[in-house]
Amino acid sequence: MSAVAEPRPASGAGIRTEHGTGARAWAWLRERLLALWAVLAIVYLFIPIFVVVAFSFNDNKGRFNLTWNGFTLRHWEHPFRVAGLGPAMRNSLEIAAISTVIAVALGTLIALALVRYRFRGKAPLDLFIFLPLATPEVVLGASLLALFLTVNVATGFATIVIAHVMFNVSYVVVTVRARLEGMDLHIEEAAQDLGANEWTTFWKVTFPMILPGVAAAGLLAFALSIDDFVITNFNAGQTVTFPLFIYGAARQGVPAEVNVLASAILFIVVILMVLNVLVQRGRARRAFGRAAPAPAPATS
Amino acid sequence: MGGRLSLAQRRKLLPYLLVAPGVAWLVVFYLIPALNQVYVSLEDGNIEAGYSFQWNWSTYGDAVSNYSEQFVRSLGYAGVATLLAFVIAFPLAYFIAFKAGRFKNFLLLLIVLPFFTSYLVRTIAWQTILKDDGFVVNAFQTLGLVSEGGRLLATRTAVIAGITYNFLPFMALPLYVSLEKIDKRLIEAATDLYASRGTAFRKVTLPLALPGIFAGSLLTFIPAVGDFINAQLLGTSRQYMIGNVIQSKFLVVTDYPIAAALSFLLMAVLLVAILIYARALGTRTLVESAA
Repeated sequence: MSAVAEPRPASGAGIRTEHGTGARAWAWLRERLLALWAVLAIVYLFIPIFVVVAFSFNDNKGRFNLTWNGFTLRHWEHPFRVAGLGPAMRNSLEIAAISTVIAVALGTLIALALVRYRFRGKAPLDLFIFLPLATPEVVLGASLLALFLTVNVATGFATIVIAHVMFNVSYVVVTVRARLEGMDLHIEEAAQDLGANEWTTFWKVTFPMILPGVAAAGLLAFALSIDDFVITNFNAGQTVTFPLFIYGAARQGVPAEVNVLASAILFIVVILMVLNVLVQRGRARRAFGRAAPAPAPATS
Repeated sequence: MGGRLSLAQRRKLLPYLLVAPGVAWLVVFYLIPALNQVYVSLEDGNIEAGYSFQWNWSTYGDAVSNYSEQFVRSLGYAGVATLLAFVIAFPLAYFIAFKAGRFKNFLLLLIVLPFFTSYLVRTIAWQTILKDDGFVVNAFQTLGLVSEGGRLLATRTAVIAGITYNFLPFMALPLYVSLEKIDKRLIEAATDLYASRGTAFRKVTLPLALPGIFAGSLLTFIPAVGDFINAQLLGTSRQYMIGNVIQSKFLVVTDYPIAAALSFLLMAVLLVAILIYARALGTRTLVESAA
């Protein structure tokens, strides 16, 4: 990360207008300060993460896991030994999976309509899709619970799924839409000109093109769902999810096993990211291997 | 269904069919609940005897007079946290967009990565970090930033710091996206035309980054105003925000009318604020691009 010095024409342009060694020293210092600030900001982002991971290895005595007391692997050996943690995690995963599938389907269809077609009511629809994103979670959760109370629906697993789909649809629309907007409409027209009907065109042409956007939206929706506390808390009834379990435990001291699961999720994400980079590098190498013998990843 | 319809008719109908399921979901589980809140807020009664609709507008008077303190505090905390997040995130986003070279994607990953740990776990980790007699408090006391016997946990500082931390990526990422889009030749052109670096930054970079500043500050401010986790875990009842009140009125005290009134007021205040903000920033961009 120390390689920030870069002789670029931009800095040459700077010297042309700013004379003297004082100005040059200031420019040099400014670049270093900027890099330092960026590093400090990232360190700030990682401080609590470091604590979470470290305390998953803490040999704590008693209920509380607040003071460092030596290294142990015992929490990692049986993370689900803590009563209720396993079922809570399973609920979270199931809710995230179901609500993601529904939200992605509903949101992708809306995104397709918004980008592909001109129709009456499009502008108000745009605003309407934006509204849930501009509403604080506590309002979304509270008002949905008020509705369930008004119409006498018992809250539980199903109402959590309903709530998660509701707050995820708009995120999916925004994400898929961003991907669709940069795309060439003419390919679809070409497919239809060549005799494909709308259905075939969708599955053979449109869907493969939007798949990366849909996948990104799915990942986002899954992540938002599995980590949601506020809206879930309002609409959970007796069902306990992973965040609700943590919240309940927070009063009596969060067991180190929660840190284990949180760290494990983080490690899995890191591994997936590294694999993704390696796969893409491999693909780039295969694609450009013949043409360029030393295929450094193209500087973006 | 479409056998008898002509292609043109089908084309016209198709967008509505595409949006129908998703929009129906949002109408039933977002719009109707939002309006239902007004209905609930006008009810009168108590949890034992049940609530009935009464046009009981006095609930709104009570809501404003009893909880204006928490309202103002929420807006204040969220405002300060948004500003802090901007101050921290702008140089970071600027560095990644203009100076990071081939480390660009790596640094972006580093910004997102912490947020794959649970929100609650992260905030509880801040409890551990800021706890009394902990390393941070002791260091701050030695530096004289915290008085002897003073604390960090359970203070306004801790709550605002927690909010700033938790919503930082929502500020950093939109800022990065808008800075990244800027054509660097425009900045070079400005300095070539004898604008100082400071002037080029003020007149070129900053106006072009406005969409990111707008999106980032909204994405930080909105969840920050409604947040109650940070106030609850890092503060005391003296730092409670409007979210804490709504949550406890709904789930603990079960006073539904006042909870619904507060929740509706929060939503209304935010929507008005967003409109004013959009107007203010929008017109400024127009003026600046015309000048």
